[in-house]
Parts: sequence; structure tokens; C-alpha cells
Amino acid sequence: MSSTPVVEGPRALAGPVRDRRRARRKAAWRRRALVLGLMSPWLVGFTVFFGYPLVSSAYLSLTHYDLLSPPRWVGLANYRFLFQQDQQVWPAVKNTLWLMAIAVPLQVMFAFGVALLLTRARRGVGFFRTVFYLPALAPPVAATLGFVYLLNPATGPVNVILGHLGIEGPLWFNSPTWSKPSLALLGMWGVGNLMIIFLAALIDVPRHLYESALIDGAGPLQRLRWVTLPTISPVILFAVVIGVIESLQYFTQAYVAASVATGQAASESAVNLGYPENSTLFYPVLLYSQGFRYFNMGYASAMAMLLLAVALTITLLILRSSRLWVFYQGAGRR
Amino acid sequence: MQRALAVLLVVVASVVSAGCMGDDSSDNSAAGTQTTDKTPVTITFWSPFTDREQGVINNGIARFEKAYPWIKVKSVGAITADKITAAIHAGNAPDVAAMFETDNLGAFCNSGAWTDLNDRIDADKLDMEQFPKTIRDYTAYGDKRCAMPLLADAYGFYYNKTLLQKAGITGSPKTVDELADYAKRLTQRNPDGSLKIVGFDPLLNWYENAPVHWGPMWGATWMKDGKSGLSKDPAWEEMLRWQKKLVDWYGYDKLVRWQAGAGDEFSPSNAFETGKVALILDGEYRTAFLKAEHPEVKYGTAPHPTSKPDLYGSGFVIGTIMGLPKGAKHAEAGWQLLKFMATDTDTLAEMSNGLHNVPSTIESQNSPKLTKDPLFATFLDIFKNEKSSTQPVLKIGSQNQTLFTSFIEKWQAGRVKDEDLHAGLENVDKQIDAALEQAGGEVP
Repeated sequence: MSSTPVVEGPRALAGPVRDRRRARRKAAWRRRALVLGLMSPWLVGFTVFFGYPLVSSAYLSLTHYDLLSPPRWVGLANYRFLFQQDQQVWPAVKNTLWLMAIAVPLQVMFAFGVALLLTRARRGVGFFRTVFYLPALAPPVAATLGFVYLLNPATGPVNVILGHLGIEGPLWFNSPTWSKPSLALLGMWGVGNLMIIFLAALIDVPRHLYESALIDGAGPLQRLRWVTLPTISPVILFAVVIGVIESLQYFTQAYVAASVATGQAASESAVNLGYPENSTLFYPVLLYSQGFRYFNMGYASAMAMLLLAVALTITLLILRSSRLWVFYQGAGRR
Repeated sequence: MQRALAVLLVVVASVVSAGCMGDDSSDNSAAGTQTTDKTPVTITFWSPFTDREQGVINNGIARFEKAYPWIKVKSVGAITADKITAAIHAGNAPDVAAMFETDNLGAFCNSGAWTDLNDRIDADKLDMEQFPKTIRDYTAYGDKRCAMPLLADAYGFYYNKTLLQKAGITGSPKTVDELADYAKRLTQRNPDGSLKIVGFDPLLNWYENAPVHWGPMWGATWMKDGKSGLSKDPAWEEMLRWQKKLVDWYGYDKLVRWQAGAGDEFSPSNAFETGKVALILDGEYRTAFLKAEHPEVKYGTAPHPTSKPDLYGSGFVIGTIMGLPKGAKHAEAGWQLLKFMATDTDTLAEMSNGLHNVPSTIESQNSPKLTKDPLFATFLDIFKNEKSSTQPVLKIGSQNQTLFTSFIEKWQAGRVKDEDLHAGLENVDKQIDAALEQAGGEVP
């Protein structure tokens, strides 16, 4: 008789334990459902606008697809053409690398420099901040048209002024040597957004660090090197990553500049893209030509997949290298 | 969570596969197409024309609606090839679509995006001989005829009479040697050596200076035995050497600088219209621009000069094309519009008078309703010339021209040595052939 409760004890306990477990599982599912529900706008958006195009692109890159008839499976033929036969790819890659290696650092340095000067200004800060930010509001097409006009080798105000000084101005957008620097100038002119971010970061640098550095006898350059730059290094990392990704997608300005500089702005033809001498044929411009001018969408998709892989690799490399030069306040050296 | 993601992936995969399969159905079966059904219907016509030009086309459409009172046409202008492609892809294709360029015809024809009209042509016993051969060439891809012409363009020479008179020259050059000579005599320089007035601008990829338009001056051909033949036809090398010599006479940088201030081609500041260039190669439509924008300019028109006397009188011919897109809801009514706009003599004459384009049938070219204008008549003659030629219709669109132009840009800038010209052209051929192969684009 007395053994019964001993035997029934665990049994009696098993019911409530199971119930508790079931309740816990139910609660966990409810939590998951809630999380999924709350995430659903993002999940749907991600699936429809990112996941689907990505998977679709990956599939199309293995097909011959002219946008008009159903895709035809060609295996790796598009990739073989991309790496072995298309002689336009390498100039396009070189041009894009130029943007990454030269234009992006210039833009970051320029935005940082302007922001630094604005932190020093004693009067009219609001005015200058607005003036330097305004170009960022100009639509890219309008801004490019403006620059092509300003830098017109024959009639543009820049060359006219240089002419008055006895200098024969360059051919700017009409020269393979100057076309990319002209686009870099256009990019530097429009760094308002980046400048504002740098300005916010610079204002956020703790004053006591400068005071400590001053007490230690640090000069302005040393304070910049050892206080300002390390403190705002996360913002520099952000600027570089965004700049590199944007340079890999650089299209509108190159498209407009090439079309207008040839004097055939009304032409729909792809012949002008890259003018002059393929110097503005950036990778996305070539991709666009293939996909939307020649209806070679399977090949354009293969180009897009390569672009994705390269963008991912470069971004990862930058992020990995950032451990060496990016410092987070309160987190020590990462 | 993982299960939910798996479900999502399955959904994505099925959507992708459905999307990739595309809609292969078509309601454009071409049965006997003689008009029997007169049920009122409204069809859509997409064209690239805008403003004044669209008005002229709409007048032509009004004539069609009068002749076919049960068909109403909704005319939509400013349409590009991209939009037509997107509409076909989305299943919202117009009943009739038109394009200025023939560049995309290869892709449209080959894929069936524009339906083959041969059955309808046979059923209606439409005489295709009423169109000159060049038109028949640029409206078909191999044996697939999926386009009809909507007027045509012929290219010839424009010369500024005032500038020629000042230089003691009486008429347009007939040979390329004369052209080089006249170009030099007509050129005026500023005191600093920069170019003030250019006799003839020899840089390619400026205005209508394109290899397709220049080729007929040397009788040069694009394809040989189904492959790119730029290096196999010595005419291209001859053309490029002639061109480089003249570019060097001007100075490449000087020409580029002058071009930058020459004004946009399709604007009232066009260099020929403002007297900045004395001789220019252009289409017949320039006569309309000159009349509207600069009626004060005294100019003449003539066939372009040629390297061989027997080629004189010929020129480059191309034109706007129309087709029946796959998925058109009223293909039969669309076909009636297509046929009418391509062949009705009076309508063609009227549209030609309005647009200053070449009417595309032989009968309409002789129509008494065509406004007599000796400046425009030059282009009618070029159009009729048996040696006039057009560009090949390829599945890679204008990619062959792009690749060739890229090379020419380097050549004219002096970045290709003279002894490397042939090898350079061979390399362009290689690139074009590779592109053709990659696109699966057998040359018809």
C-alpha cells in the first residue's frame, strides 16, 4: 500500500511536466509566430524584391534569354564568354576599379575635409552647411548635364576662364584621360550627405579627449591623427563601404555624360555608351547595354552575378580589414 | 522559424520557375486575313513619334479610320524599344508597334515577339515588290518578315551654298578625294589656330558620322559568309585611312574641341544649320529641320561622294518599322492598320510631305500628291538607286556597330598604328563573331 505513492509519484509528476512542456512549446510557437508576424513586412519585401530577383538572376545567368522567348539552358556558356571572350569586360572592370581606388577615397576625403572646416567655422555655419549640402539634392541627371555644360571644352565657363588665364583647358568629358576625373569632380561636388554624417561624427568627438591631447602637447595634426580619426573611424568605414558599393553600381552619370558629350543626346543607340574610347564604360553600363540594348539578358544576369560576388568579397575584405583601423568607443580595439 | 523559411523558399522557387517559363502562347495566328469581320474595335498603336511628327502620323491614322470605320486607333507616342519589350513580356502588348531603329528587329523576329507576317501577306496577296529591295531587306530577319515599313530615310550630302561660294566651289563633291580637298578649302581657323568653320568633320561617332552611313561611300560591306567581314573587305581600311589623313590635317584635339561647341544634333544649334560646318552627311529629314528652324540657310543637297564613280548616286537607306507584337489582342485589325500605313499611296505621300521622310513604296514615290521639292528629290533618287544599301539585321542588334565604333574611336585619336589597322579590324571581327555565337545568333 505504501509503495503505491512511490510508484505513482513520477507518474503523478509526469502529467504536469508534460503539460508544462506543452505549454512552453505553445508559448514558444506563439512567440515565433509573433516574431514572424512582426517580421512579415520585411520578409515579404525581402522575398519579392530581393530573394526572387536574386534567385531568378542566378537561374537566368545559366540560360540564353532574350527577354522575349523562354530562357534556354546553356550551362556555364555565359560565364565562359564573360571570362574568356568578351573584350569589353576588362576595360569596364578597369574603369570601375578606377572609381573605387581613386574617386571613392577622394570623395571621402573631400567630405571629411569640408566637414572638418565647418566644425571650425565661427560664423555662418548654417549657411555654409546648407551651401555644401545643396548639391546632394540635385538629381543625378540634372547634375551631370550641368557639369557637361560647365566643362564643355569649347564653350564651358571653366575652359573660358582658363583661356583668359592663358591656359588651354582639357577636353574634360570628351577626353579618355579626363572623362573619369570629370566624373570624380561631379561626385565630389555632390558629397553633401556624407559631409553631414562626418559633421555629426566630428561634433560627437568627446571634448575631453582633445583637452587631454592638448595637455600632452599634441599639435593640430597629432590631434587629428590620434583623436579625431580613431574616434570617427566607424563613420569612415561606413563611408568607404557605401562608396565602394555605389561605385560598383555607377551608371546614371556615366550614361548621361557619354550621351551628351557626343552631341547625340537624343539618340537611343548604345553606340555612345562608354564615350570617349570606352573610358566611361563602367561595369554596370556594359551590363545595361547587354541586358536592355541587345536583349542579351542571360549574359547580363551572369554579369550581375559576378558583380554581386565581387561586391560581397570587397565589402567583406573591407569589413575584415576594419578590425585593424576602426575603433569603437567603450569597446577597446576591435 | 526554419520551417517557415523553407516554405518561403519553396514559394520563391515556384514563383521563379513560373516567371522563367514565360508565356509562350500567342493569339496572332494568321489565318486568311481578308477583312470580313466588321465588329467595331479599338486598337492601340505605339510609335516613337512625338509632338509635330506624331501629329502627322495621327493624320495618316485618321485616313485609315475613314477607310475602316469600324476600327478606332488609340495612338500613343514617345515609345521606345524597351517599352515595347516590357509590354510584350508583361502580356500587355499594343496591337501595332513601331520603332525608329531596325537594331532590335533580329531579336524581335527570331523570338517571335513580333509575329511573322508572311502568312498574312500571302493570304492578302500583298505584293512585296511594291517596296524597293533595301526596304525588303531591313524589314526581315532571314525568311521571317515580321515588320512593314513606315516611311524611310535616305542619307545624302548637304552643302552650304554661301560657304561654298565664298571658297569658289560650285557644287557638292562627287569623289572622296574632292571631299578632302573641299573640306580643307572650306575650313576657316581662328587667329589662335582653333577651328572656326569646318569644311567637313571627318570624326566618326559625331552626328550622323557612323560607319553604317559612311560605308556606302566606299561600297563597304559588313558581313561575309555569315561572319563579320570588316577585315575581309578592303573598303573599310581604305575608308579609315582616308579619314585619318583628314583628321590629322585638322588635328584630332582641335576637331574634338570644335565639336564640343558645335551644338546638339537635334536642336536648332545644329552645326550645319548654324553655318559652323559647310558639308555634312545627313538624312532627308534634315530638310524639314532646316525649313522649321533655319529657313534663312542657303543650302543644296546631293548624293554623297564615293570612292568609285559607279557608286555615285547611292546611299544608306533605313526607316521606321512597324510590327504586330506577340499577345496583341486585335491582331487582325492591327494587320489592317499595318498594311494601310505601309502601302496606301495617298497616305504615304501626305505623311512624307509632313515628315519629310521618303515614302516607302515605289508608287508613292511617284505620287502627284508628293510636294515637289528639288532639295528633297535628291533623297528620293538616292532611295531608288539600285546600289543604295542598308545595314544587316542581326540578332545582336547594333552590337557590331558598337564594337566597330569603339575601335574607330581609338583609331581616329591616333591610338592605333597604321600598320596595326588590319589586325585591329580582324580583332573587331573576332569580337563580333563571338557575340553572334554567344547570342546563338546564326546570321540568316
